[in-house]
Amino acid sequence: MGRISLNQVTKSFGDVNVIPPLDLDINEGEFVVFVGPSGCGKSTLLRLIAGLEDVTSGEIRIDGQDATMVPPAKRGLAMVFQSYALYPHMSVAKNIAFPLRMAGMNKAEQDKRVAHAAKVLNLADYLDRRPGQLSGGQRQRVAIGRAIVREPAAFLFDEPLSNLDAALRVNMRLEISELHNTLKTTMIYVTHDQVEAMTMADKIVVLQAGRIEQVGSPMELYRTPRNTFVAGFIGSPKMNLIEGPEAARHDAHTIGIRPEHLAISTTEGAWKGVVGVSEHLGSDTFLHVHQTGLAETITLRAPGELELRHGDTVYMTPEADKLHRFGPDGLRLA
Amino acid sequence: MATQHSRLAARVMISPAVILLLGWMLIPLCLTIYFSFLRYNLLMPGMEEFTGWTNYRYFLTDPAFFAAIANTLALVLGVLFITIVGGVLLALLLDQPMWGQGIVRILVIAPFFVMPTVSALVWKNMFMNPVNGLFAQLFKAVGLQPFDFLSQAPLMSIIGIVSWQWLPFATLILLTAIQSLDSEQLEAAEMDGAGPLSRFFYIILPHLGRAITVVILIQTIFLLSIFAEILVTTNGGPGTATTNLTYLVYVQSLLQFDVGGGSAGGVIAIILANIVAIFLMRMIGKNLDA
Repeated sequence: MGRISLNQVTKSFGDVNVIPPLDLDINEGEFVVFVGPSGCGKSTLLRLIAGLEDVTSGEIRIDGQDATMVPPAKRGLAMVFQSYALYPHMSVAKNIAFPLRMAGMNKAEQDKRVAHAAKVLNLADYLDRRPGQLSGGQRQRVAIGRAIVREPAAFLFDEPLSNLDAALRVNMRLEISELHNTLKTTMIYVTHDQVEAMTMADKIVVLQAGRIEQVGSPMELYRTPRNTFVAGFIGSPKMNLIEGPEAARHDAHTIGIRPEHLAISTTEGAWKGVVGVSEHLGSDTFLHVHQTGLAETITLRAPGELELRHGDTVYMTPEADKLHRFGPDGLRLA
Repeated sequence: MATQHSRLAARVMISPAVILLLGWMLIPLCLTIYFSFLRYNLLMPGMEEFTGWTNYRYFLTDPAFFAAIANTLALVLGVLFITIVGGVLLALLLDQPMWGQGIVRILVIAPFFVMPTVSALVWKNMFMNPVNGLFAQLFKAVGLQPFDFLSQAPLMSIIGIVSWQWLPFATLILLTAIQSLDSEQLEAAEMDGAGPLSRFFYIILPHLGRAITVVILIQTIFLLSIFAEILVTTNGGPGTATTNLTYLVYVQSLLQFDVGGGSAGGVIAIILANIVAIFLMRMIGKNLDA
């Protein structure tokens, strides 16, 4: 249960081609994250899988069955929407039971499943409330509950955490990961937040303009980004990308070095620059260094207790084995 | 922040408007109540005298009074039913993306801008006339006897005319309500396995609850006082078949010159309207709480 494969799937809205031919395999029980900048087609891709949009061409198979023309309700997938999409006039219990009621399940079985979902999600005390009386995190849990009771082949999450505040987001991130470990069901999760992608995914799919830029485990993407886009997108703060003579010295069109792979010194080093803004996070300090002659700004991570002022001169040395080299087409050089 | 001083100033400032409005309402009301206790006939000027409850007794025992109550109820309920069912269906239809959407929407709203006398006359003379009317022509074209709407089914005809006028209002309110429905809710219901009918009854209709309440409240206020359509089409007839309470008060005071009796009818109409209002607010007013 829960194997999904896309075969040469395309989607156009009128003349606008949103998704060029695309292949993707999602294995059973995997937590797959679609990540990319806004407008990259990741939500469209999810809606194609859900069946809320029709594919223009190509084939979607769920558990080996052709599901391209199957209506959404029959695909055995459950979706959690960005706005939660709870039914405001129904109580929490009725919301969770709605898919079961639509499936014509008997009342006793419905109650049993709702009670079970409520226990898993800590919603037992709120079953009689309306969604309007719940906090953001609780609404999110109700939406997940509505998905769980159907025992779907796969869960689809469409940016489920983007309406929550930062602290709650971290909590819900953990809860969803925990849920995946308990249920072991395939989950597809769409987000524009690369932190969510890195922390939750078994497999990340990086999308840009409808194209898959790279598919791989979080650490694979971090260690060996396939091109400059993935290199810049994965990792926080962003990787420094340097072009020009310094790149040519390494036989590349562009070289990339992550802020955490630059050693800092006030006396000597490979590159020299002037400190601009420094962001103190406590554990770390992110320095924005200017006038290096390499790129407009070089970001680097330094220890938290570092005392450097605006305008001080610093020296930086890249760790040689952590240097990424890219060709003129943006692709990684071996 | 509201200090003692600024609250006093606010009261002084709004008092002229409040006093004017109160006077506007209270003076006619008090005069009507006063007239309803007088023997006041326009054919016998200068002979007004206090008669106690006589006017009320005559008005309440008039057989036309019960007919009028029944007609008023039939008119209000019939029009409400047609406009709400029709309005929901039309709103669903107009919500679909289609070519020429803007023009179609304006056309649908148009009847609301036609004044009641004009629309009633158009219906009476151009559609329902048993000789020249469009419906008569249609009946004849298929070989049927033309149907004389206003004398065979007078109340139904008036309900039809009034519904035609109020359908756009209901459609407009319900259309805006449908458009405010979060499309993700419908998609979620679709994923949950709800077919088109289930989506309508479980998601769309509950969402429209508040808009329907507003339509019922506003329309009831206006439908209780329908007058022009009856005056220009049937004159309350045949017999009392289309006489509603408003029209009965008119007949009493201006056709029979009995101002006292008409006033008594007016007071009774006010009391009945308030009873209806209380029931309405009890029954459906809770829908308006957020």
